[in-house]
Amino acid sequence: MISKRRLFAFAAGVALVAGACLGAAPASAQQTLRWAFQGNLNTLDPYGINETTTLGLQGNVYEGLTKRDKELKIIPGLAERWEVLDNGLRWRFYLRKGVKFHNGNDFNADDVVFSAQRVVANNSQLTSRLSGDPEFVKVDDFTVDVKLKSPNPILHYAWDTWYIMDKEWTEANNAQIPPAPQATTPGFATINTNGTGPFRVTEHQLGVRTVFEKNPNWWGKVEHNLDRVIFTPITSAPTRVAALLSGEVDVIDPVPLQDVPRINASANARVLEGPEVRTIYLSFDQMRPELTASSVKGKNPFKDVRVRKAFYQAVDIEAIRRQVMRGAAVPAASLISPLFFPQISEIKRHPFDLAAANKLLDDAGYPRVGGADGVRFEVDLDCPNDRYVNDGPICQAVTAMLARVGIKINLQAVPRAAFFAKINSPIYNTPFYLLGWTPGTGDAHNVLIDLMHTRKPDGSGGRGQFNNGGYSNARVDALTDLVLVEGDIAKRDAMILEAFKLLHEDVGYIPLHQQALAWGTGKNVELVQRADNQPLFYWVTKK
Amino acid sequence: MLAFILRRIGQAILVLLTVALISFSLFRFVGDPTQQMTSQDTTLEERLQIRKNLGLDDPVVVQFARFIGNAARFDFGVSYQNRQPVAKLIGDRFPATMELAFASAMFALLVGIPMGVYAGLKPNSWLARLFQTVSLVGISLPTFLIGILLIFIFSVSFGLLPSFGRQGVINLGFWSTGFLTWEGIRSLILPSITLGLFQMTLIMRLVRSEMMEVLRTDYVKFAKARGLTPRAVNYRHALKNTLIPVITITGLQLGSIIAFAIITETVFQWPGMGLMFLQAVQTVDIPIMSAYLLLVATLFVLINLIVDLLYALVDPRIRLSGKAA
Amino acid sequence: MTLSSSPGTAAGKPEPSRSMLARLRDSDIWHSFTRSWITMIAALVTFILIVSAIFAHQIAPNDPFNLASLSLLDGGKPPFWSPDGAWRFPLGTDQQGRCVLSSILFGMRISLIVGFLGVVLAAVIGITLGLVSGYLGGTVDSVIMRIADVQLTFPAILIALLIDGTMRALVGTARSEVLVFWVLVVSIGLSFWVQYARTVRGSTMVERNKEYVQAARLIGLGRITILFRHVLPNVIGPVLVIVTINMALAIITEATLSFLGVGLPPTEPSLGTLIRIGNEFLFSGEWWVVIFPGLTLAALVLAINLLGDWLRDALNPKLR
Repeated sequence: MISKRRLFAFAAGVALVAGACLGAAPASAQQTLRWAFQGNLNTLDPYGINETTTLGLQGNVYEGLTKRDKELKIIPGLAERWEVLDNGLRWRFYLRKGVKFHNGNDFNADDVVFSAQRVVANNSQLTSRLSGDPEFVKVDDFTVDVKLKSPNPILHYAWDTWYIMDKEWTEANNAQIPPAPQATTPGFATINTNGTGPFRVTEHQLGVRTVFEKNPNWWGKVEHNLDRVIFTPITSAPTRVAALLSGEVDVIDPVPLQDVPRINASANARVLEGPEVRTIYLSFDQMRPELTASSVKGKNPFKDVRVRKAFYQAVDIEAIRRQVMRGAAVPAASLISPLFFPQISEIKRHPFDLAAANKLLDDAGYPRVGGADGVRFEVDLDCPNDRYVNDGPICQAVTAMLARVGIKINLQAVPRAAFFAKINSPIYNTPFYLLGWTPGTGDAHNVLIDLMHTRKPDGSGGRGQFNNGGYSNARVDALTDLVLVEGDIAKRDAMILEAFKLLHEDVGYIPLHQQALAWGTGKNVELVQRADNQPLFYWVTKK
Repeated sequence: MLAFILRRIGQAILVLLTVALISFSLFRFVGDPTQQMTSQDTTLEERLQIRKNLGLDDPVVVQFARFIGNAARFDFGVSYQNRQPVAKLIGDRFPATMELAFASAMFALLVGIPMGVYAGLKPNSWLARLFQTVSLVGISLPTFLIGILLIFIFSVSFGLLPSFGRQGVINLGFWSTGFLTWEGIRSLILPSITLGLFQMTLIMRLVRSEMMEVLRTDYVKFAKARGLTPRAVNYRHALKNTLIPVITITGLQLGSIIAFAIITETVFQWPGMGLMFLQAVQTVDIPIMSAYLLLVATLFVLINLIVDLLYALVDPRIRLSGKAA
Repeated sequence: MTLSSSPGTAAGKPEPSRSMLARLRDSDIWHSFTRSWITMIAALVTFILIVSAIFAHQIAPNDPFNLASLSLLDGGKPPFWSPDGAWRFPLGTDQQGRCVLSSILFGMRISLIVGFLGVVLAAVIGITLGLVSGYLGGTVDSVIMRIADVQLTFPAILIALLIDGTMRALVGTARSEVLVFWVLVVSIGLSFWVQYARTVRGSTMVERNKEYVQAARLIGLGRITILFRHVLPNVIGPVLVIVTINMALAIITEATLSFLGVGLPPTEPSLGTLIRIGNEFLFSGEWWVVIFPGLTLAALVLAINLLGDWLRDALNPKLR
């Protein structure tokens, strides 16, 4: 039916298109790393969300005064060195000279002072990076003094993820204040970057891909061989695995645990597993007089330690480890990994004991309604389904376990963007939730100040900002202050342990486990998998 | 004729206004714009000021008019989740969905029509029966299941085709296309088969039964009696008559292809509007939902209108009765 | 979404004015049924699946919805014929220790109920509007048919997603199973009514001018009585075909929505939810978690479609 002439025209068209392809080919002969993650990169604003993966990705573009090396040891970053003066009340940071932001602006002390203001501004999710209200004073262009009200030996511990922004650029684009998680006004820094780091963002299509390109003018020693990194969110676990196995991507994070054997058996990919320092836990709203989503009205059952302990003892952590996590988890008795605080091993989990849990609930005044299989009460469980390893299935398992003691859980498993907006500050709209925490400082005090200290009633950041359940114990608060200024390591450790023991007795949280890190990579990719699970491109080499 | 065209256009505008009203209600009443711009410590005065700035104190009619005015300028506000202008987000993803829809419609037509013609001409042959069975299976398998199966077979088991995403995209400024690279075309294959399979079976079945009916009509019998070759009868007379309804249906089905793209895009992680819409539904991102609704409705109505007008041009009887199929 | 286009759905091709029952007794139909072994198999499969869904409580070896009875330690068991399998879980278990066979039976039950209620709702809306539209004509007819036009431009999936999103915004992202269930039913009902309305309208317009209707009008019967007692039985034939095929579509729609994650939650899974969960294990060797629910869904829909196909051809004398 097609005439010969038309056929010819068609062939000519094909040839043209083919020519176009050939023409485009040489441009892509560079070394490109394709990195697939299970969720979106929702914001490029370095103070937009306090979440490891986002901060890690941003850490390829932005840099802090300090950095951490492959073993998580603190090393100089944008500050070449620093010294502690005036009995610990003043720190002096000497800034690296000759560093330029990606737009060519010089990095200097003004940027540091500006970033110190911005990180504690309204809506910043990283206010805890500057706890204790330190005052930043510019001494000269490359020297900054930080004045403290009381000594703080770990002042700079979390500064590797407090990224320095360019004052001129931020002000010129009217982005002095980070947008609120619920804001509708687009923040310029949410979709644009200007850092000092080894990579710069050249394309950011939310939910589609983000392209990082090598910064040829980076000040540091280059340890990677990449020209570009293409970051793609792939939500569906099987699709992610398929993409790795067929070589369409080079790294997937995380590997679904059930697919580990298959990937390791494949010819071109493998799984990198390592212990992770993040602790996964459940926690309850212990603050409101009445829960936001529960059948119990007029009172808050979680204010009763017996109810909290019953929930704790109803969770069969060993079954979760074996079945849901397929062995790739270490059950935890507290909120910090022994890798960061070895003494924590003194605390042992409350044992899994259904009878005890049932009795505690009976004693607390929540009998089963309608016979031996009756329901005591209902409550929502908020859970992300694309954040942690098998987070959805863990929550399902917990739902089934609590059903055995007569608690009906209405499971609300949602993507992490919606999840964080709901459960985090300032609204804390959750009665019972699952979350994971990595202490940004690598120090136990971070857990005290962010997760255990009483939070402000209005939810406006500061101490206890991520104490989403509103756990409160005056002694723990006091210890948080004492630990901050204690110079003697042994005494400090003892106080930290005391705080964790109090938390354990109060059952303010239900620690579950430290998950194992599982990334899948092509066999031609060498990378460093740091225990904090940050996706860092600057140690990647690809053959 | 002119009266007919005007009436159809008038109807189309009416339909669009109705959808715009739904979309506006969604935007204005389901999602409270102030709720999203304030936090707990916003004072009452500040809230009132924000309401005033947004024009939420104006009469609803005025607000609706403003909504339509904004929509006409592609201003749909800012996405709650992503804090980017909705128009930009949709604009970024529009080409991906349109190319997928186009490729799958082509697939459906180029495969469906020949199968249908054959099955209509030789309804009792084993191949025709096979086609009929395949088409039933095609209709019975949900789109997502087909997608999963294709990925499993072609990407995982044999590693022939990409399993996800839109690759080899070349940005032409106003449009990003995957048609210009081999990589881009490869990554289109599985998604467009998945999306087009349903339409293909539909077209095949339609062509088959139309062919069977047409072949029974008097003028085809007469043509045969006149001694024309079967080939001429089948293709020049029968097929031609079949094609009008087929093209109509295909045009109308383009709308549902765009909507069904939601599923295909989810399975293949195809960065189109459908995937974004689904994420918006899950995260209650009202501005995106509202804009998507309006955009898709506009596309549907335009396609319908064009099909109707073309149909009227082809078939004068419709003009007279003023009714389209 | 498709039927308006399917040939021979009898829109505007009114059947002779005999009652449905009479037509079913017609030996031709019965003959065509007994002659086509595919149709008989389809009927048998449909029957078996529906009956086993109805008696799921009695047949299922376990109760997958009783969360208290689940044990994680039973998770990931293969079907009984594998070395690690157990008779207690004939088709194996999923990651959470749920019996796959029981989940399928209960899930199919939910899928069928959602589909059935959705189709009934669509039929009630559509038939009523179709009767009114066809009988009254004029402005009422135009308005209803224009609404139908608007509606038809929106595929079921889209309508359902919009309703779901709206509900989330109104009720909050916290969702109970009951709410989700009814959202699904209403979504399906609201997206499928147009075909009924159009078909019934066409037939009604023909019936309206027949003698028996005029006679009824003469003896002073009310409009409603005439419509539902006299006209309805005579236009219901084609509706039955639509119901059958719509049932298949409704089940697919429900499964798709659940697969997309806006349907029933994993704690109360329908077939679509089961496939969604199982999909995660597609590459890990635990194929039974996705294959069995997928096969069941395909078999159910295919069987119903075959029945619908046969019914349509059987009722359409032109194609016989």
